[in-house]
Amino acid sequence: MTQKNRLDGGLIDRSETWSFKFDGKWMKGHKGDTLASALLANDVRLMGRSFKYHRPRGPLTAGSEEPNAIVELRDGARKEPNTRATTAELFDGLTANSQNRWPSLKWDVMAINDRFSSFLSAGFYYKTFMWPAAFWEKIYEPIIRKAAGLGTLDHRPDPDSYDKGFLHCDLLIIGAGPTGLAAALTAGRAGGQVIIADEDFVLGGRLNAETFVVGEGAGSDWAASTVAELASMDNVRVMPRTTIIGAFDHGIYGAVERVSDHLATPEDGKPRQILWRIYSKQAVLAAGATERPIGFHMNDRPGIMLAGAMRAYANRWAATPAHEVAIFTNNDDGHRTALDLQAKGVKIAGVVDTRANAPQSDMYRTIAGGQITNTQGRLGLTCVEVTLSDDTTQTLTCGALGVSGGWNPNVHMTCHQRGRPEWRDDIAAFAPAGTLPPGLHVAGAAMGEFTTQAALTSGMDAAVSALGAIGIKAKAQDLPLAEDAPVSITPFWHVQGAKRAWLDQQNDVTAKDVVLAHKENFTSVEHLKRYTTLGMATDQGKTSNMSGLAIMAEVAGKQIPEVGTTMFRPPYTPTAIGVLAGRSRDADFRPVRKTPSHTWAEEHGAVFVEVGMWLRAQWFPRPGETSWRQSVDREVAQTRKSVGICDVTTLGKIDVQGPDAAAFLNKIYCNPFAKVPVGKVRYGLMLREDGIAMDDGTAARMAEDHFVVTTTTANAVAVYRHMEFVRQCLFPDMDVQLISTTEAWAQFSVAGPNARKLLQKVVDDDHDISNEAFPYMGCGEITVSGGLRARLFRISFSGELAYEIAVPTRYGDALIRKMVEAGKEFDVVVYGTEALGVMRIEKGHAAGNELNGTTTAQNLGMGRMVNKKKDSIGSTLSEREGLNQEGDLRLVGFKPVDANDPVPAGSHLMTKGTTVDAAHDQGYVTSACYSPNLGHHIGIGYLKAGDTRLGEIVRLVSPLTGLDHDVEVVSAHFIDPEGERLRA
Amino acid sequence: MHDLQPITPLGQKKPQVDIHGSVTLTENIETALASFAARMGAETKAKTALKAFIGGTPPAPGHATKGDISAIWMGPDQWMVMAPFASHEDLAQQLITKAKASASVTEQTDGWCRFDLTGQGLADVFERLCPAPVRSWTGGEATRTSIDHLGCFLVCHDPAKITVIGPRSSAGSLHHALLVAMKSAL
Repeated sequence: MTQKNRLDGGLIDRSETWSFKFDGKWMKGHKGDTLASALLANDVRLMGRSFKYHRPRGPLTAGSEEPNAIVELRDGARKEPNTRATTAELFDGLTANSQNRWPSLKWDVMAINDRFSSFLSAGFYYKTFMWPAAFWEKIYEPIIRKAAGLGTLDHRPDPDSYDKGFLHCDLLIIGAGPTGLAAALTAGRAGGQVIIADEDFVLGGRLNAETFVVGEGAGSDWAASTVAELASMDNVRVMPRTTIIGAFDHGIYGAVERVSDHLATPEDGKPRQILWRIYSKQAVLAAGATERPIGFHMNDRPGIMLAGAMRAYANRWAATPAHEVAIFTNNDDGHRTALDLQAKGVKIAGVVDTRANAPQSDMYRTIAGGQITNTQGRLGLTCVEVTLSDDTTQTLTCGALGVSGGWNPNVHMTCHQRGRPEWRDDIAAFAPAGTLPPGLHVAGAAMGEFTTQAALTSGMDAAVSALGAIGIKAKAQDLPLAEDAPVSITPFWHVQGAKRAWLDQQNDVTAKDVVLAHKENFTSVEHLKRYTTLGMATDQGKTSNMSGLAIMAEVAGKQIPEVGTTMFRPPYTPTAIGVLAGRSRDADFRPVRKTPSHTWAEEHGAVFVEVGMWLRAQWFPRPGETSWRQSVDREVAQTRKSVGICDVTTLGKIDVQGPDAAAFLNKIYCNPFAKVPVGKVRYGLMLREDGIAMDDGTAARMAEDHFVVTTTTANAVAVYRHMEFVRQCLFPDMDVQLISTTEAWAQFSVAGPNARKLLQKVVDDDHDISNEAFPYMGCGEITVSGGLRARLFRISFSGELAYEIAVPTRYGDALIRKMVEAGKEFDVVVYGTEALGVMRIEKGHAAGNELNGTTTAQNLGMGRMVNKKKDSIGSTLSEREGLNQEGDLRLVGFKPVDANDPVPAGSHLMTKGTTVDAAHDQGYVTSACYSPNLGHHIGIGYLKAGDTRLGEIVRLVSPLTGLDHDVEVVSAHFIDPEGERLRA
Repeated sequence: MHDLQPITPLGQKKPQVDIHGSVTLTENIETALASFAARMGAETKAKTALKAFIGGTPPAPGHATKGDISAIWMGPDQWMVMAPFASHEDLAQQLITKAKASASVTEQTDGWCRFDLTGQGLADVFERLCPAPVRSWTGGEATRTSIDHLGCFLVCHDPAKITVIGPRSSAGSLHHALLVAMKSAL
């Protein structure tokens, strides 16, 4: 197909001819084209189907406000539905397909909906799907779901990457039309740090779409030379293809930069898009204005578009939707379109101006006081019917119609912090007013200054004023002279009596729907929006909201300002979820934390588990082991029989120093810490303010003024934060200093009857770690392996004779290798978190499952630890009556009556002979495992008055899984209840 | 002398070096770290001791001192002290001796990994990593910031050399983030 609608001139680069494919058909376009401009140049007006009635549609606009020309761009995993053809930059090989149609764009089966439009009016589904109620889930919802949505996804992961970033500036300029460029020039020359961002790929805004002279030359030339000057300034960052999507607190603006959208595939390593957070001291909103259409019968046929867009296609992209066009306008702007297109050789069928005093021209026919009352053409406009002021009608043959109902300032950013625009009669539009986001100045068309001269001047003034507010003096610039024609507009929203006058063309909302909403008492604009779906499509009603408000005002007998506007919210234009996620996706969703023995564990085939962000070895399978249980049972058995090593670096370590360190811990823990001797470790339980158990761990007193506190892995950060809060806010007079050392030390548990013998081969001889010299709960600084500083703690989670040994992290890998070598004579085993868990359950030690945020020291059987002779955090509230009832939950153990039965965690406990329901619930199992030492499953958990029910047989049930068998209530300490092993 | 062989935060025997475009990313294992927090009422004494140790006034908020032995402001009357590992593996002990109970000192050397980025275009890289206003830095600035969810220190020696100090256990993730940003920006 030739580019039959390509005109002369324009800003496209004809030296670059590119091929692109739309609905399977290859066509040609040029560098600088958008998909829409290239399609128009190829005589394609039909580009999409509307959402509800599947009506054939062509582009209404030439920008991001487009409701109609919505396509699926690219294919394969890069397919992107609901993309505006009007902003999609052409590249060689671009593939696009129309959407929301079957089997083809021209012949769409679902267009049948249009025949039933009288049944599908506003709010139809609220009324229709009410009955019978049973139909909803099985019939209505599936049908609605199938009909919903526009384009389709490929369902494969997006192969491109997205980035996030942060920018800082004195002045952010939003929009690079005449206003923005004048502001940037002023601020840039004054030396301010300036960012100027524009969603377009060529900067200049309307200067590129108009034929106005600026200074001595074309407006587009002035724009290009100004952009070149700005780009040469070190203090100015020019950001094309960058949409400011929202105005947030403290001068922060969100921006999406489309780095690679104009390329077939991003360059290696480069992101597709970047989400920038821009920290600005001041900002100038120079976002321009959006033209609005007029409602008239059948105003949605392909070929009917905004007059300003028609001008932009002709002047910038040298494309016309047809070679004979008509204009329908209520202001002088429509006449510009006629003149510009005529100058390009397009025939003007006539300019229909609603104003009786419309300006006449000898260049084309003007029909003053006329209105368009009908149109023809199934898949593209063929003619329009004009009703003259004397009520006679005429037909104008044309393939396109340019419509201009005036311009709406783009006030969006001024409203993102709940500002409300105010109505201005002189421009018949809402303009920014009231409280703006702090530091935001509005200029140019966004402020209702619609002439080029006013745009340039107000842009400059806004920059001077904005920089002045932060102490940077900017000079007024010698700006070029430009067009300065006064705005002449007579408000005209829709042709009276039009049956199907489309307002929101994407969601198929008509003027009649607005009237219906009013009739049914949905008169508030927010209700109108939701009832009719006006402005709820991907374009967010940029071209339709105003007309909807005007018609609502008309039928309600109100003035437009009384009706008001709906709330403008970010993002300004549709934003991909991918760019919001940035790099945080897939494996990079969050950081990974590796233990010091990670490499060793990998070498030995460890199966890893994520614990928080840590990767911990879960178990180490050996050849011949076919199930995880075999590996875990072996690790447990070997540890209890001889010796095992486990990397416990992940436990939180907090260095607590200062003269008040002991007094501070005495507040943090509910049990006494003031008199812990140097060289001793004490188990501690910390409560929340409300008396609930928060975390448990140990504190080792390394010196009078120095403790090392350990926390559980999961609570390491929470406990540190809690302790900092206590230090800074509750006891600021205490002389105590805290810092985390979790990662600074590689720490290994060495447990089992041969633990000491193994360690004696590693710890330097001048440190006596015999039972007498280094008894249970001892701690101290030692050296290992010929002089490396280390720490040794004699503490046990497994219930065995056990130590934890710590060295600076860089030596952790070497230490585990050395200990494994030294332990060969004892058949040492390295065990993972599963074996660790089994041994602590066998020993009856509480962990995260038991400290679950609902349990108290009493529940844990540690009520007596809450020392009443001192004041500690949570101590008082732990005495609440409700937490100290007779028959409260107590931590106990369970073993199956039939040794073959499992004891799954999460199962509930019932007294024998009672009904299995929540009312009779007696408690639940929190942790469970198979005990290789006992030869059957065991569990620990909470049972009402559990401490008084040892020996009782209770039912273990799980109604969901059908589990129901008997278990015996036993002590939670299954192994070595007297603690002889750990003191050996 | 002990016989345990250290590994780098990235889990290797030798520090990793990556070059992309104009920037070189080097894993630096030659820095010893210790936190230094003045005790209550002994702030002046602690500052004097620190000044003597680092050879200059302890830095103000948002700054670091320069030189082989240096400090980063970390909080009110708190600093992170840096010194060459080879001569100061016992940095914490040396500071404890100097401070004479005027400060709480904690060994931090292996709590962190350190990456040095050198070359042109560092501001382009860092603006894709963190909110720190790196482009306006001229040298001597330091801050705590978040890079891909990791709490890090950033130290600007000069605009062509910036150090990132991050949590050691996540060295791999941090290194990946830095490299991705280099490839994205340069």
